[in-house]
Amino acid sequence: MKFTLSWLKEHLDTDATLDEIVGRLTAIGLEVESVDDKAALKPFVIAKVLTAEKHPDADKLRVLSVDTGSGAPIQVVCGAPNARAGLVGAFAAPGTYVPGIDVTLSVGKIRGVDSHGMMCSERELQLSDEHDGIIDLPADAPVGTSYASWAGLDDPVIEINLTPNRPDATSVYGIARDLAASGLGKLKEAPVEPVAGKGECPVKLTIEAPDLCPGFALRLVRGVKNGPSPKWMQQRLLAIGLRPINTLVDITNYVTFDRGRPLHVFDAAKVAGNLVVRRAKDGETVLALDGRDYELKADMCVIADDNGVESIAGIMGGEHSGCDENTTDVLIESALWDALNVARTGRTLGIITDARYRFERGVDPEFMVPGLELATRMVLDLCGGEPGEAQVVGYAGHTPKIVSFPLSEVKRLTGLDVPKDESLSILSRLGFRPLGNGDVVDVEVPSWRPDVDGKADLVEEVMRIHGVDEIEPRPLSSHDAVNGKILTTLQIRSRFARRALAVRGMLEAVTWSFIPARHAELFGGGQAGLKLANPIAADMSDMRPSLLPGLIAAAQCNADRGMGDVALFEVSGTYEGDTPDRQRRVAAGIRRGTAKLEGSGRYWNGNAAPVGVYDAKADAIAVLEACGAPVDRLQIEAAAPGWYHPGRSGVIKLGPKVVLGHFGEFHPKVLEALDASGPLAGFEVFVDAIPEPKARPTRTKPKLELSAFQAVKRDFAFVVEKAVEAGSLVKAALSADKKLVTDVNVFDIFEGASLGEGRKSIAIEVTIQPVEKTLTDEDFEALAGRIVENVKKQTGGVLRG
Amino acid sequence: MTDIDQLERTLSDAIAGAGDEAALEAIRVSALGKKGSVSELLKTLGAMSAEERQVKGPAINGLKNRVTESLSARRAELRDVAIAARLEAEKVDVTLPVRASPAERGRIHPISQVIDEIAAIFGDLGFAIAEGPDIETDYYNFTALNFPEGHPAREMHDTFFFQPDEKGERKVLRTHTSPVQIRTMERESPPIRIVIPGKTYRQDSDATHSPMFHQVEGLVIDKTANVANMKWVLEEFCKAFFEVPSVKMRFRPSFFPFTEPSLEVDIQCDRSRPGEVRFGEGSDWMEILGCGMVHPNVMRAGGLDPDEYQGFAWGMGIDRIAMLKYGMPDLRAFFDADVRWLQHYGFRPLDMPTLFGGLSN
Repeated sequence: MKFTLSWLKEHLDTDATLDEIVGRLTAIGLEVESVDDKAALKPFVIAKVLTAEKHPDADKLRVLSVDTGSGAPIQVVCGAPNARAGLVGAFAAPGTYVPGIDVTLSVGKIRGVDSHGMMCSERELQLSDEHDGIIDLPADAPVGTSYASWAGLDDPVIEINLTPNRPDATSVYGIARDLAASGLGKLKEAPVEPVAGKGECPVKLTIEAPDLCPGFALRLVRGVKNGPSPKWMQQRLLAIGLRPINTLVDITNYVTFDRGRPLHVFDAAKVAGNLVVRRAKDGETVLALDGRDYELKADMCVIADDNGVESIAGIMGGEHSGCDENTTDVLIESALWDALNVARTGRTLGIITDARYRFERGVDPEFMVPGLELATRMVLDLCGGEPGEAQVVGYAGHTPKIVSFPLSEVKRLTGLDVPKDESLSILSRLGFRPLGNGDVVDVEVPSWRPDVDGKADLVEEVMRIHGVDEIEPRPLSSHDAVNGKILTTLQIRSRFARRALAVRGMLEAVTWSFIPARHAELFGGGQAGLKLANPIAADMSDMRPSLLPGLIAAAQCNADRGMGDVALFEVSGTYEGDTPDRQRRVAAGIRRGTAKLEGSGRYWNGNAAPVGVYDAKADAIAVLEACGAPVDRLQIEAAAPGWYHPGRSGVIKLGPKVVLGHFGEFHPKVLEALDASGPLAGFEVFVDAIPEPKARPTRTKPKLELSAFQAVKRDFAFVVEKAVEAGSLVKAALSADKKLVTDVNVFDIFEGASLGEGRKSIAIEVTIQPVEKTLTDEDFEALAGRIVENVKKQTGGVLRG
Repeated sequence: MTDIDQLERTLSDAIAGAGDEAALEAIRVSALGKKGSVSELLKTLGAMSAEERQVKGPAINGLKNRVTESLSARRAELRDVAIAARLEAEKVDVTLPVRASPAERGRIHPISQVIDEIAAIFGDLGFAIAEGPDIETDYYNFTALNFPEGHPAREMHDTFFFQPDEKGERKVLRTHTSPVQIRTMERESPPIRIVIPGKTYRQDSDATHSPMFHQVEGLVIDKTANVANMKWVLEEFCKAFFEVPSVKMRFRPSFFPFTEPSLEVDIQCDRSRPGEVRFGEGSDWMEILGCGMVHPNVMRAGGLDPDEYQGFAWGMGIDRIAMLKYGMPDLRAFFDADVRWLQHYGFRPLDMPTLFGGLSN
């Protein structure tokens, strides 16, 4: 919402400065977005051309001698066709910034002749697009004074960023009312006197869609003379960015901004028969005033005559019946429209107008008829003519809302101590009517405040006018105790997962929750329920089923930029369905190139090897450890989902059912489909699948039991079939004696011709911890025998000879 | 010169000339061994008369002691020389580089770091951290938050929709973290003090808008919480978060469907230095959050009586306050996973924000 300072002062009697007004507007909730104080126009002075001689070396240039009112005449070279002796125009001295050409003038030499300034066109001052010649003022314009202030162009323009709840402030009058209520001057009340018209309106109006049109006022004025509107009106409209059209149209625009009352004018001569307010027929079209054709739908509201649609209700009039210079009989419309319908129609058709802006917020119903009267008066004043009687249809009157207002609410909600009288006075100044004087007062809400429904709204009115700055910050009551843990287990684990992975040299990324459909499909997603109906881009369409495609794509982007050794991770949500319980919390990471834990690339004491499945496995287990998962009970199986390399990937399980994660290198076809290349390995850990830790009654750790006997290490090497997993061999060794065998460490894997085809050797170091007594040689032999026996039984392995 | 003097000179020359410990040992054996020259001399003492022994005894024993001493002195010298030689041989080029530790290379994303900072501050004020789903129903995202059907305020949100289900209802990507207000009120009884960090989505994209961004919501509900308390909480938060001794904040009346009264908050700052914002000084105002008293309709939607309970809520952009504090110029880069950006703007994993150790280093 834009307006000028002089326009505001038409409704507000105030001595306040521009700065004070701007500050107050923001303080009462009408946030000032910008102020153009027109300082840029100040340097331009009115000057008179004394002589104009042809430039010695240029046909189209003239050398002017200009009286700028500052002593001796000044020489200016000018190319404007209308530059002539006697012309009075606007002069810019060297040093002046000329906004229209974005240049700060200096003394110039044009074809060898000095030029000490410039005579300007309207375009150069950004007043209009006019550039056929320089500004040509009346001969009596006072030379040497500011052009802008003489022409009334120095009126500061204020733009406020209006919140959608304040239709009353879509008018200069409403803004003045708010400022006056806040004590910044006095509102100039401007009641509208009805016009005594003669004769019934010959065009009958019927409302066939009363739910969409709760009232319609119409008047015919005959014999008007339409032409350009007066300069003051044009200047105001131009200042707020509106193009003057003709007086009748300009009046509608003026009243829209002045009073927040959108109007429409029909050229009566072009209206065929009577007018009807109805729903559009599906597919019906109208050529609107913006010169574009619109196809309408049945839920849209229109004003039609015998020819068809003449206006899209509350949004934009039709080109056919619009007013132009030849209009002599004008029908003035002031109507009420359903806000939701206007909003929906405007959105569907993509039309943004000043009328729609107001109707969809809610126009004051009680100003429908006064608006018509005001417009009629202005038409009569500016265009002459004979007014007919106003035809008011369908308006049932306004029943004011009554809000029961306990005055203590102000203190309860804001902490402000506002005396009762002050609260009621603020409300009265804003147009509310307190009915009574007790501690709880019924307050009648003015017709222009559809946003006010309850007592909290009234508290806001009192607060914003009394002053938000008056509220002293007050500490929140203390919880009187040391605050305990505030994070949930899932939050704590997500945090640990992040720190654990970062400590392993990985960089945390935050990638998009929505990914290309083909990426989602590759990772088990892409179901219809997880596709956006209105994605911002075609490749951001599907909610991700996994963090991996985003990370792999990100790694590839980095590789394409020359950084191929990257380790990235993310701890965030993935989506298996559209309900809260189907949003997972996942920690995922990838390593590319040689981005190993110890470092990447070539190095003097050993180059980093390409990353692989074991790097991903180590990362996954590190996350699980950091999250407090029971890592000693994890089972690793070679059955990861299809996007992994089938022979170089694994699944991490807890028991037969709970899947805690996957890890591995990726399937070459998946990488190809992602346009990614390796070496690349990654993992996903389902943080939300890790069981809650058991509640413990005490934080005491179990007693440390130190054995009096020294642990002994023994090495074994077994030859097994190649398919035998090291994990099962370790398990067999461990279970040979659960008491004595405390650790089994695989320290060598060997495959060679000496072992025979399809066989390999697994060497383990077994830690034996005596418990009750020192073990004798016989004891060790017996234990070794049980280990060998168990391994043989469970894996078929035999001691390597 | 006596024989003893002669022997002593010979032995001490030999000891001084021994090149290594083996040579020295040979000398020791030749002098002090069973048949060594000094040992032999000592043996002669037994055959001497008492008078003779009185003269020769101290001389021979003195010889033995001096030889023993000089042997051990020479041995120590030789060991030092040997160690020095070994150390010299073991010398390496210590200017060769070592690999940076993984903890030094890893980085935490600024969004995670800032969420931790927020948790540290609000934890101190007695708040808990709540979360909610990204995919929401229209009810939780709008209706329960007092957005009337078709109201222009809904349009301001540029919502991402999913396809309608068989009942014609369509889920949305939450446009703000406020749905978690309702979910929390449904689940918990007052007093409620929570902050809600999380992802939010709007169909919007430029240097300061991203289709995915992060918000943190706050909610306080009890029987006394009012605008004065809200001002205090937000001022304390801004001081603590931006790590400045004082901030000047401007509370402006505004509008949000889910609060009444509603306020927007600007923070005073100095933006005169390119690429840098300083809080607690300067003359610019920068909008940083929206807040207000929880709307009675929102209370009711959460199952609470607005005449019994009252409270306030606020919301702000995590990415935005991260940009303001740490100076990232472009929001879109947050989600590009460019390792150069992550290395530069990310945080070291052991930089854990706490109030006792400072939020940032």
